Amino acid sequence: MENLVLHLDNIQKSFGGLRALADVNLHVEEGKTHAIIGPNGAGKSTLLNVCVGRLKPDSGRVTFDGQELTGKKPHEIAQIGVARVFQTPEIFQELSLIDNVMLPALSRRDGAFAFNPHLLLRSQSEIRDEAEHILGDVGLKEHLNQEAGSLSRGDKRRLELGMCLILHPRLLLLDEPTAGMARHDTNQTIALLQKIKERGMTKVIIEHDMHVVFSLADKVSVLARGKIIADGSPDEVREDPVVKEAYLGGAHE
Amino acid sequence: MKKIASKDSKLLLIFSGAVLLMPLWLAPFGAAYPDLLQKFAIYGIFAIGFNILFGLTGYLSFGHAAFLGVGSYAAVWSFKLFTMNVLPAVLFGVFFAGLLALAIGFVSLRRSGIYFSILTLAFAQMSYNLAYSVLTPITNGETGLQLTLNDPRWLDSLYKVAGEGLPSTELFGLKMSGYPGFYFCAIILIVCFFISLRIFRSPFGLMLRGVKSNQNRMNYTGLNTRPYMLSAFVISGMYAGLAGSLLAVTDPLAGAERMQWTASGEVVLMTILGGVGTLVGPMLGAGLIKYFENIFSSFNSNILHEIFSFLPDGIENVMVKVTGLFVGSGWHLTLGLLFMIVVIFLPGGIVEGAQKVKNLFVSNDQKGSAESSPEKQAVE
Repeated sequence: MENLVLHLDNIQKSFGGLRALADVNLHVEEGKTHAIIGPNGAGKSTLLNVCVGRLKPDSGRVTFDGQELTGKKPHEIAQIGVARVFQTPEIFQELSLIDNVMLPALSRRDGAFAFNPHLLLRSQSEIRDEAEHILGDVGLKEHLNQEAGSLSRGDKRRLELGMCLILHPRLLLLDEPTAGMARHDTNQTIALLQKIKERGMTKVIIEHDMHVVFSLADKVSVLARGKIIADGSPDEVREDPVVKEAYLGGAHE
Repeated sequence: MKKIASKDSKLLLIFSGAVLLMPLWLAPFGAAYPDLLQKFAIYGIFAIGFNILFGLTGYLSFGHAAFLGVGSYAAVWSFKLFTMNVLPAVLFGVFFAGLLALAIGFVSLRRSGIYFSILTLAFAQMSYNLAYSVLTPITNGETGLQLTLNDPRWLDSLYKVAGEGLPSTELFGLKMSGYPGFYFCAIILIVCFFISLRIFRSPFGLMLRGVKSNQNRMNYTGLNTRPYMLSAFVISGMYAGLAGSLLAVTDPLAGAERMQWTASGEVVLMTILGGVGTLVGPMLGAGLIKYFENIFSSFNSNILHEIFSFLPDGIENVMVKVTGLFVGSGWHLTLGLLFMIVVIFLPGGIVEGAQKVKNLFVSNDQKGSAESSPEKQAVE
């Protein structure tokens, strides 16, 4: 029997008269990469927002590894081990790259709040070494002291990914990690995500680019008009007539 | 890494030297008298503390004068009730300002941006009005809180016979007026600068900068921003309370006008003028504003006539008329112009200006460090 860790049960969410999520059920297996695809406005980002506590569902519940996430604050959910890469990179624009990565590393070590003005940042060498290592992993090692705001869009995404990875998350949510990237950068990101796949982290990925989905995902769910209309292995989904009708057909023509 | 450490100790050394030697190098500017030097040090503390909140977290408080005022009242009460020794007075000032900051911060920090500023402003004006009227038994309202001959001074009366007239503030026998008062404030200023330096360089300081940069990311990283903000707010409130108590140490009276919104605005000006988020900027801004307030405001038409005496009579009179608008009671006009020039051309304040000048001369290496720690310029 497969080991399911993330459960979304009967999630409903409306904005005014618009039903963004109508009874979504989703179960994600531990250590696997689960892709969610669907046309624009299908409710994909809303679904992630519900997972990380940015939005509260009207009904239904989200549990991760037996812990209830619904109703928890974003920082509490993050402390449980859920990290998220946003559609537009959420980084610390004014801080240097190394500070950008050290900050989450400190949060992992010290918890949600630590009053430590007596410590010196520069003497936290363990954290610093780890941060440098992660920046190396995402290919940004040359620019440690550069201001993050001056990076290109693709580099910002990679930095954000690094900031999430250093949290050692157990669940990583990726919202279109390659949107707006050139092919070359996309391939680099895929390679990076494949590399971290070996670490046994559970991932949920929202993606438009089928190339990315089929190179990464173990399982695919298709979301359309707030409902999961199909799920299965990438090949099964690709062949599903309902999906072809709703989504893939249009995209491939 | 070692390089940064030695850079910091160098900065601290230069800062301490410049502060302790103020009586010497400020003499040519006509500012080397104890009353004004005390003000430099005290408002320097106020601005450095304000910068911990505004500079690091970006939250602009318009109510810091409330903490300054509470610090003064607490110090004067300590003089009245317990002892003329300044140490308890300073501790009381810091403690009560911290307490008030905790309460005001707890409520105000529910909002950010302009709403936070307005909430703090509202609280400060409430405190001002309370001090001015409602709480007259504690604050002595309009007249201000002063020492009187009937004060109990329990601790002092245990081992000392009260002398004739009003006693003066002292540190174990050393009278806190004139130069001793200045050096007392100066040493506290240096300690405060050191603490602020350590906060800037600590993981805690990095978190505060994270709050300024992107609160969303902070939350999704697993950090709770509220307690970080509240600690920064209370620390800067305690700095303000310390400054307020030192005002009472050098001159033991406290009035409600110290809490008015203009006083809150002044510390904002000081910080922006010097350079928000820089280490020495607030001190420079505080010095500059207090210098203008005390020196420019004392210029009168006689002095101006002297300055322009080399010009022909007609032109001299015109020049005196025109410049007369900007000195004396019109010194705010000069300050306003200066402030506009700084905000428009040097948004990073004097520190940015100094850095630009420095870069003109040394245009090698030195790039990209996020926070600037330029050496204190001897121009004030």
